[in-house]
Amino acid sequence: MSANWFIILSAILFTIGAVGVLVRRNAIVVFMCVEMMLNAANLAFVTFAHTNGNFDGQVIAFFVMVVAAAEVVIGLSIIVTIFRTRRSASIDDASLLKL
Amino acid sequence: MHSLLIGLPLLGAAVLLLGGKRTNAWGHYFATAMSIGSFLVGVASFSEMFGLPAEERSIEWTLTEWISVGSFQVPIAFQLDQLSIAFVLLITGVGSLIHVYSIGYMEHDANRRKFFSYLNLFVSAMIVLVLANNYLLLYVGWEGVGLASYLLIGFWQHKPSAATAAKKAFVVNRVGDIGLSLAVMLMFAFFGTVTFAGVNEAADNASEQTATWIGLALLLAACGKSAQFPLQSWLLDAMEGPTPVSALIHAATMVTAGVYLIARSNEIYNIAPTAQLAVVIIGSITYLMGAVIGTAKDDIKKGLAGSTMSQIGLMILAVGLGPIGYVFAIFHLLTHGFFKAGMFLGAGSVMHGMHDDVNMRHYGALRTAMKITYATFGLGFLAIIGIPPFAGFWSKDEIIKVAFSYSPLVGVLTLVGAGVTAFYMTRMMAMTFFGTARWDDDVHPHESPKTMTIPMIILAFGSAFGGMLLLFVADIESWLEPVVGFEHAHHAPDNAILIPVTLAVVAAGAALGWIQYATRDVPRVAPADVSFLTTAARADLYGDAVNEAVFMRPGQYLTRSLVYVDNKVVDGAVNGTAGFVGLVASQLRRLQTGYARSYALMMVLGALVILATAVLVRMS
Repeated sequence: MSANWFIILSAILFTIGAVGVLVRRNAIVVFMCVEMMLNAANLAFVTFAHTNGNFDGQVIAFFVMVVAAAEVVIGLSIIVTIFRTRRSASIDDASLLKL
Repeated sequence: MHSLLIGLPLLGAAVLLLGGKRTNAWGHYFATAMSIGSFLVGVASFSEMFGLPAEERSIEWTLTEWISVGSFQVPIAFQLDQLSIAFVLLITGVGSLIHVYSIGYMEHDANRRKFFSYLNLFVSAMIVLVLANNYLLLYVGWEGVGLASYLLIGFWQHKPSAATAAKKAFVVNRVGDIGLSLAVMLMFAFFGTVTFAGVNEAADNASEQTATWIGLALLLAACGKSAQFPLQSWLLDAMEGPTPVSALIHAATMVTAGVYLIARSNEIYNIAPTAQLAVVIIGSITYLMGAVIGTAKDDIKKGLAGSTMSQIGLMILAVGLGPIGYVFAIFHLLTHGFFKAGMFLGAGSVMHGMHDDVNMRHYGALRTAMKITYATFGLGFLAIIGIPPFAGFWSKDEIIKVAFSYSPLVGVLTLVGAGVTAFYMTRMMAMTFFGTARWDDDVHPHESPKTMTIPMIILAFGSAFGGMLLLFVADIESWLEPVVGFEHAHHAPDNAILIPVTLAVVAAGAALGWIQYATRDVPRVAPADVSFLTTAARADLYGDAVNEAVFMRPGQYLTRSLVYVDNKVVDGAVNGTAGFVGLVASQLRRLQTGYARSYALMMVLGALVILATAVLVRMS
């Protein structure tokens, strides 16, 4: 099976994730879209590693997963905290940083 | 001992200024005593010097170190020689008389103590000026007398006219002072020294060009201090000061400092004919200008001020003539010190008796009411117009003689000036003491107290006999010769011709003045339908108008346009930059919406741009 298909799948997943981040308001969904983008990147890494015949890409994919796991913990806890205080999971409501 | 000459008046000024109100009761006596003490020290020094042979008469002493930078040494050092002692005696002698006079004149003034402290300050500064052995210390005295002059012209500073006059004198003098500082700098640059001895020595080897520049710079200084054209305008306004001040500072002593400066720098001028010519021209212009102004003034003090300007012009003219003229310039300076101070005190006495009215059109026939003033003023009058054997005759006649030997044109100018002088002095004399009484009904002219008349009498003696004393007893020619040099004039007209001619010119001027102002009625209000020359002379020959048009207005325009440029261009650039940054920032901050999604969009767009660039670069 050609590596191209994997790359195309990776690109599609990444695009869905990016569009999801941009258009969705729910913080949980946005978060899942971010995860999807990370996984799309992972898929690309692994594909290229396979194509090139070494393990660099595989190793990086592991790193990404570890970092993503840690990030999920912190991200979700922030979202939960915000939800508790504001009774809302919409990221547009959390816009206090504007000037 | 000689330092006491400066020390005593300085002590007087310090005690009166620092002692404050506690010295009110006796301060004026103390100041007068200090001035007289200084005079006595001067007399002692003079008699000591008189006994010595000519070459040992000049003494120098150093008080303390002052400026010491590498090879450049300027100590506070003084030099008492034949020229300085003549000035010291004039300053302290006339100064003491004027202190005595002021006791009477300023009796009822609330600020009498301050007045006397300033007078003492003036005397000490003036002695520093004439005793300094270098140009830098001379500069100190020069500024000191300028300060005293400023303070005393503006003594009645509650009058706006006096305050303005003081400021004017100060500003005009600063213009002249630029000349003195330039001269000192030039001397330092070219000769490496500023002492009189060092400069005189270096002048022997100096180029004519150097000497000319230094000479012109010194002339500018002399113009400022001595009220010479084109810096003459302050002197007439300086008459706003109390009359004793006008007599001491603006007639007898300070205004003659320019003559002293040029006579002192004779070695410079001797090798710079161009500078000498400039001196002669300035002197001649001022001599005639002052005389013309004197003919039209109704204010007795301003008339005398015009006369002072004119007589100092004559002295400046004489010092410009070189070794044939220095001695006679100083001679005239000394006799002028007597008779002009005497006449100013006389004018003060008249004002004292006339409720401080200075307008001569309100005087007339005062000779019966004020006999002593009339007699002393009259002697001064005979001295200034040059009637033998009074003081002015001897000095003025000699100057006219050397002027003729220098150039017939200058000689004729001095002769014309003498005629005009006779005219305006006769006018003043006739309007004040002769004719019909024109004073107001409530004015009762009376003679002044003894403290005022005695100094006038002493000065009148000086006006009468000073010339003969200086010429025959003190032998001023050989006395001053070691300091300023002296040459007999060649091709000078014979006395047998010159004296009758001069006297004829003087008599003509006097007769004209007498006919016009003593035999005809003098209107109480100055007539308006007068010739152009009279109108011009009343307006000080438009000196102020010229200054205003040439310096003040363009200066004002310049400063105003600079302010405009500062406000619009400099401030505009600064404020504009700040405004621009603020405007851009206020637009840019709209990007900070606070919506995480819009930031994410930015990131995506940015990433796309980078990606697109990378792809495009790769493809090309």
